[in-house]
Amino acid sequence: MTTTDSGVELMSVNNLSFFYGTNKALSEVTMPIKKNRITSLIGPSGCGKTTLLRCFNRMHDLYPRNHYEGEIVLDGVNILDKSMDLIKLRGKIGMVFQKPTPFPMSIFDNVAYGLRLNDIGNSSVLAEKVEKALRQAALWDEVKDRLKQNAAGLSGGQQQRLSIARTLAVDPEVILLDESTSALDPVSTQKIEDLLLELKKEVTIVAVTHNMQQAARISDFTALMYIGKLVEYDETETIFARPANEITERYVTGRFG
Amino acid sequence: MKAAGLKNNIFKIVCAVSSVSILLIVAGMLVTLLVESLPAFREFGFFNFLTSSEWNYSQDIYGARRPIFGTLLTTALALIVSFPVAIGTAIFLTELCPEKLKGSIGTALELLSAIPSIIYGMWGLFVLAPFLEESVQPLIKKTLGNLPLIGSFFVGPLTGGVSLFTTSMILAVMILPFMTSISREAFNQVPPILKESSYALGATRWETMSKVVMPFTRLAVTGGATIAMGRALGETMAVAYVIGNRHAALDSIFSPYVTVTSVMANEFNEASGIKLSVLFALALILFMANFLVLSLSKKLLGSRS
Amino acid sequence: MKRIEKRKITNLIALSASILCAALGLALLFLILYHVLVKGLESFSLGLFTQDPAPPNRAEAGGLRSAFLGQGLLTTAAVLAGVPLGVLGGTFLAEYGRDSKFCRLLSQLCDMAVSIPSIVIGTFVYAMLVKPFGGFNGWAGATALAIIILPVVIRTTEEMMTMIPWTLREAAFALGAPYHKVITSVVWRASINGIFTGILLAIARVAGETAPLLFTSFNSSFFRFNLSGSVPSLTVSIYQYAASPYESWISLAWAAAFMVTIMVLFLNILGRVLIKLRTRG
Repeated sequence: MTTTDSGVELMSVNNLSFFYGTNKALSEVTMPIKKNRITSLIGPSGCGKTTLLRCFNRMHDLYPRNHYEGEIVLDGVNILDKSMDLIKLRGKIGMVFQKPTPFPMSIFDNVAYGLRLNDIGNSSVLAEKVEKALRQAALWDEVKDRLKQNAAGLSGGQQQRLSIARTLAVDPEVILLDESTSALDPVSTQKIEDLLLELKKEVTIVAVTHNMQQAARISDFTALMYIGKLVEYDETETIFARPANEITERYVTGRFG
Repeated sequence: MKAAGLKNNIFKIVCAVSSVSILLIVAGMLVTLLVESLPAFREFGFFNFLTSSEWNYSQDIYGARRPIFGTLLTTALALIVSFPVAIGTAIFLTELCPEKLKGSIGTALELLSAIPSIIYGMWGLFVLAPFLEESVQPLIKKTLGNLPLIGSFFVGPLTGGVSLFTTSMILAVMILPFMTSISREAFNQVPPILKESSYALGATRWETMSKVVMPFTRLAVTGGATIAMGRALGETMAVAYVIGNRHAALDSIFSPYVTVTSVMANEFNEASGIKLSVLFALALILFMANFLVLSLSKKLLGSRS
Repeated sequence: MKRIEKRKITNLIALSASILCAALGLALLFLILYHVLVKGLESFSLGLFTQDPAPPNRAEAGGLRSAFLGQGLLTTAAVLAGVPLGVLGGTFLAEYGRDSKFCRLLSQLCDMAVSIPSIVIGTFVYAMLVKPFGGFNGWAGATALAIIILPVVIRTTEEMMTMIPWTLREAAFALGAPYHKVITSVVWRASINGIFTGILLAIARVAGETAPLLFTSFNSSFFRFNLSGSVPSLTVSIYQYAASPYESWISLAWAAAFMVTIMVLFLNILGRVLIKLRTRG
C-alpha cells in the first residue's frame, strides 16, 4: 500500500519547540512533510502530536500566552514568523477536527463558507466549486438533492465528510486531520480512509491518529512522538516492521506503559 | 414504623400545599384582575377601550391606546439602542478582553443587573435627563430633525429632559447588563472546535463571530432579548420619573408621554370608581403581555437543545 | 489580494466598534454607581438612622429612621412568610413530585411568576388586602413582597435539591430513614448553601422593590413598630423625596438610594461567596 519512493519535501519542521505559557509542550522537533503523501503522527495521549499538528496552521495563536521557537518552512517561508498572514496561511493549510463541526447553516452554505470569505461572487462558479468539493469528499451523491437543508440533519459520518469538503473547497495545499475518524463508526471510518487515499493525489495530508492500524493502513510516513519529543520518523513500513527505537517498538507492538 | 409513615405523609402534604400556593396566587391574581377590570370593559367595550385615545377625567372616559403605545414605543426604542451595545460588549468580553478582566467584568455586569430600578430611575432624572436634553437633543434636532415629513418628530420642547426619549434611554441602560450577560453566556457556550473550524478556513475574528457564532446563538440571544423586553414592558420606577405622564398626542420623541406603568404609578392612589377599574384593566393587559412575552422567550430558549 | 485587505479592515472596524460598545456600556453603568456613591456619601450622616425627615429647606435634612424601621419590618414579615412556604414548596417539586407533570407545570408557573411586573402584584394585593380593609397597611406591603419572594425561593430550592445526586438519598434510605427524614437531615443539609443563596438573592430583590409598595404599605412619617396602617419604606421614600422640589429632601433621597444600593450589592456578593464556598467544599 505504501509507496516506497521518498517524495518531494513540501514542508520542513526545523528544531520546533512550542510553549503553553511557560510549559514546554514540544521540544526541538525536526521532520519533513512530503508532498502528496500521508504523514501520520502517533503516540500516547499527551505526547504532543495534536500540539504539533496545530502549529502547522497556527491554531495556537487564537489563545494568549503561547509561543513558538524554531521554524516550519513552507515554500521557502517560515510560517511561524510573526509577520505571517494567518488568514492566507489557513487558506493554504486546512484542518479537519476530531468531531464533525457543521456550521449552523445549509449544506451548500457550509461548503461555500470559505469560498464566500474570499468573494467568489459569481454564483455559477460558486456552485461549481461546491459541487467539486462535495464530489471530492465522496458526499455529492448523498446530498445533491438536499443542498439547501440544514447540515445538522446529516449523519455523523456525512457531517465529517462535509467538514472535509468544506476544507477542500478553498483548494488547500495541505490538510491537517486531528483524529478525524475517532468519533465515527467503522463504516464511516472506512469511507474516509478510502477518501484520503484518493485525495493524496492532489493534496498533502498530515493526520494525527491514536489508531495504529489506521496509521499503518493509510500513511506513507509515520512519526512517533513521546513527551513532546519526536522519537522516530520514517516510512510507515519501517516504523511498523523494523523500528529503530525501543520506545517505538514497544508502542507499535502494543506493549506500551 | 407507622409513626414514621404518618410523619412522612404530613410532611409531604405540607410541602404539596406550599407548592400549590404559587398556583393559587397566580390564578387568584388573574381572576382578581379580571373581576376588577370588568366594569371598565363593560363601560367602554373591550375593543374600544384598547383603541381609544381618550383620557378625560371630567367626563370619566378612558382609553388604553396611548399608554399601550407609549409602553411599546419606549420598549422598542430601548431594545434598538441596547441590543447592539449588548452584543458588542459581549463580543468584547468573549473574544477580545484580557483573561484577567473577563471574570471581574462579568461579575460586575451581573451585580449591576441586580441594582433596583428606582436607582436607575433616580439617576435618569438627575443625571441622564439633563445630559440628554443639553447634549443629545440638539444633535438629533440638527440631523434627524431635517428629514422631510418625519423631521418634526425629532424636534421637541425643552422639558428638563422629561420625555419619551429619556425614558427609552434609561430603559436601555437598565436592561443592558442583563442582555450583555445573557449574550456573553450564549457566546461562551459555542464549542471552541466550531470557532476553530471557521478560523481554520481562514476566517477573521469578525467573520467567525458574525457568520458562525451569531447564527449558532441566535435563539439564545433573542430569547434573552425577549426576557429583557418583558422587563422593559413592566418596568415602573425607572419610567415613572422621566416619562412625564402626559396624556396628549405624541408630537415628538422629546415630549413627555405616558406608559401603562406610569399611569398606574401616578394615578392609582387617587383613583376610584370606573377610573380604578380602568387601571386594573391596564394591569391585566400588562399581566397578559408579560405572559405572552415569557412564553415566547421560553420557546426560543427551549427549542435550542 | 485586495479582497483580503478589505476583510481585514472590516474585521478591524467591527472589533473596534465592539470595544467602543463595551467602553460605552461599562462606563454608563459605572457612572450610575459613581453618582449614587458620591451623592449618597455627600448626603450621608449618622442622623439618617436616628432622625425623622426635617421640614423642607432647613439646614439639617434630618433622617429616615422610620423608613429604615418600616423597610426592616416589611422585609422581615415578607421573609417569614415567603421563605418557609418557598422552601417547602420547592422541596415538594424536587422530591415527591419530581416525576409528575403537574409539578413540572408548577415549576414553569414559578418561572413565569418571577417575571410578573411587580406593579401588577401591587394592584392585586391592593384589591385583596387594601380595598376591603379601608386603607393602606403594612401587612399588604409585606404580602406583596412575599409574593415576589415565593417563586424565587421555590425555584432555587427545587434546583439546588435536584442537583444532589440520588445516591446520597439511597445511602440514607439504606440506613432505614423514612423519606421525610432523608429530606430534612440529608438533602436539605447538602443543599443548604445554595438554598440560602437563593433566599439572599430574593431578599436583595425585594429590598429594592418600590412599585408593589406604592399601593399597599404606601408611606408615612410615623416611627412605629407596627404593620397596621401605612408603613414607610426606603424605596417609596426615595420615590417621593426625589420627586420633591426641595434640595434637602432630594439629598435625603440620594442618601437612601446609597443605602439601598449598598444593601442590595452586599446581599448579592454574599450570595455569590456562599455559592463559591459550596462548589469548593
